[in-house]
Amino acid sequence: MTNLFNFADRAKRQKRSQFRWTEIILLGALIAGLLGSLMIGRFHVPLLDVVRIVLSGLPFRAAGDYDNAPWVVIEIIRLPRILLVTLCGMGLALSGATMQGVFRNPLVGPEIAGVSAGATLGGVIALMLGWASFGVVGLAFTGGLAALIAAFALANISGRASILALVLSGVIVSGFCSAIVGLLETLADPMTRLPTIVYWLLGSFVGATFEKVIVVAVVMLVAGTLLLAMRWRINLLSLSEDDATALGVEVNALRWTLMGLVAIMVAAQVSVSGGIGWVGLIVPHMARMIVGPDHSRLLPASALLGGMYLLAMDDLARVATSQEIPIGLLTSVVGTPIFAVLFWKTQARGWTNG
Amino acid sequence: MTESAVSFSGLSYAYHPGKWLFRNYSASVAKGNILAVLGPNGRGKTTLLKLLLGALKPTTGCLSINGSVAFVPQLFHVSFDYSVLDMVLMGRARKIGLFSQPTRSDEEAAIVALDRFGMAEFAGRPFHELSGGERQLVIFARTLMSEADVLILDEPTSALDLKNQSIVLDWIARLSRADGLTIILTTHHPHHALAVADEVLLMMGGSQYSCGNAAHVLTEVNLAALYGVPLRRVLFEHDGRRIETLAPVLPMIDREDTGRPTAGQIL
Repeated sequence: MTNLFNFADRAKRQKRSQFRWTEIILLGALIAGLLGSLMIGRFHVPLLDVVRIVLSGLPFRAAGDYDNAPWVVIEIIRLPRILLVTLCGMGLALSGATMQGVFRNPLVGPEIAGVSAGATLGGVIALMLGWASFGVVGLAFTGGLAALIAAFALANISGRASILALVLSGVIVSGFCSAIVGLLETLADPMTRLPTIVYWLLGSFVGATFEKVIVVAVVMLVAGTLLLAMRWRINLLSLSEDDATALGVEVNALRWTLMGLVAIMVAAQVSVSGGIGWVGLIVPHMARMIVGPDHSRLLPASALLGGMYLLAMDDLARVATSQEIPIGLLTSVVGTPIFAVLFWKTQARGWTNG
Repeated sequence: MTESAVSFSGLSYAYHPGKWLFRNYSASVAKGNILAVLGPNGRGKTTLLKLLLGALKPTTGCLSINGSVAFVPQLFHVSFDYSVLDMVLMGRARKIGLFSQPTRSDEEAAIVALDRFGMAEFAGRPFHELSGGERQLVIFARTLMSEADVLILDEPTSALDLKNQSIVLDWIARLSRADGLTIILTTHHPHHALAVADEVLLMMGGSQYSCGNAAHVLTEVNLAALYGVPLRRVLFEHDGRRIETLAPVLPMIDREDTGRPTAGQIL
């Protein structure tokens, strides 16, 4: 019996102590990243000033110090943008980690199942109707979820939805949505609607405002909290369906609940910053390397890393060249080679579409 | 005698209307007993298990299961490199709420369950690095975690070497005798059924089946009819115990007549 409890102790200690430290370090790194991002840019603000300005504005904008350049740069331009970037990065990484668990495949992400393209279409329709903020999020969500359902339905035509079938269905749905977006652009009034749509489609965090931060924060907090609360259950979904059912899991109900939450979060991100690919796909891999595959730990770690990753990409987009690089391009340029390496590694290890 | 844990009557299933996989099967398994289901490929063994698990609905007939069911699938493919501890914790799915995480006491229970099968030291190891036999024991530990009353196993010995077959069969017998679990398993090995099962169901296809006490049902005549291969019941003594087993009569090369070199000569 002594032996037994030694094992119990050791396993317990391993799991618990790792849990605290890794996540605390990631959280610290994210906070450092936030402060660093507030400092850098065309207009350099020293760290102490950053801290002072952020703290002074804390209860809530006591008084606007609009004559003070550092204050304007931090409070009006950088802070909303950086918060928005972080929230979107966290949401995308959470979505990716969840989808990979639900599809039992480490090579899927929101862009692959057509969610991003569907959300984009929904957003464009909302803009055509002259809607804003929550209206855009709402229709983007509807579009994202509809695309996901369509991709699922197409993949299920053969009876057994393989991952390959789902990816191909995602391509079909994405292609259709993109075509409709193009069609709507040609139909949009070039004087009033078209500029808004084109600007929105370009996708960037340039126009970040506190209003957008609040819209996204509400969505990400509600959906993200629910997703995080159910994270252990995602482990069960990565078993075979019969097995999970026998363990007492309502497989379909859980799967659709999680996918609905993913669609909401992707829609919120798309509605404020357009399509940003490859974040939800590669960040969970990085997280898996650090904390392992257990979704209890993978989801929080993915969220923290996702915030950091998109923040770093956005910093690069802001400061790398004299002209701002669209962040969607940057995440693709960085993400695709990483994804290629991951693909090669998983294939080499004998991972098959199951 | 005792109450039945699992019973079905008039059970039929057809994937396409009119094309019956099996018809009017009836059986009942007493609590704590082992039922082995035998039959050639394609006669519906796996379908029968899916009906018992509730993954499929019977076309006709009814079945009743007293208590909760745990399932041990045949091929255990896991998409992610979960640790053994993570795998065993999944057995707690019914007890851990939708918005909850496994607690310390769940983890301790998982270690105790693993230790029952001599696998406690494997807790931190990746599940996919284990051998087939070790995986089977981990899944048994997971079953204990779920505190199920009925255990359904799909060909638990098919992917294992001889030693692990023996270990797994031994544990199946112990789970039934010591833990009072009712066990239903499918197998392609009649001698495994003879070794551990109390009752046997032979699925001959259509409306033909044979069900009852293992020793009475696993006759040479029944098995020859089932598989189309003659089998013999063999009795021998080992360590002072009388062992009864079943051996198929396989085609054998007459080595003396062929004039081919024997293995020894090749070497």
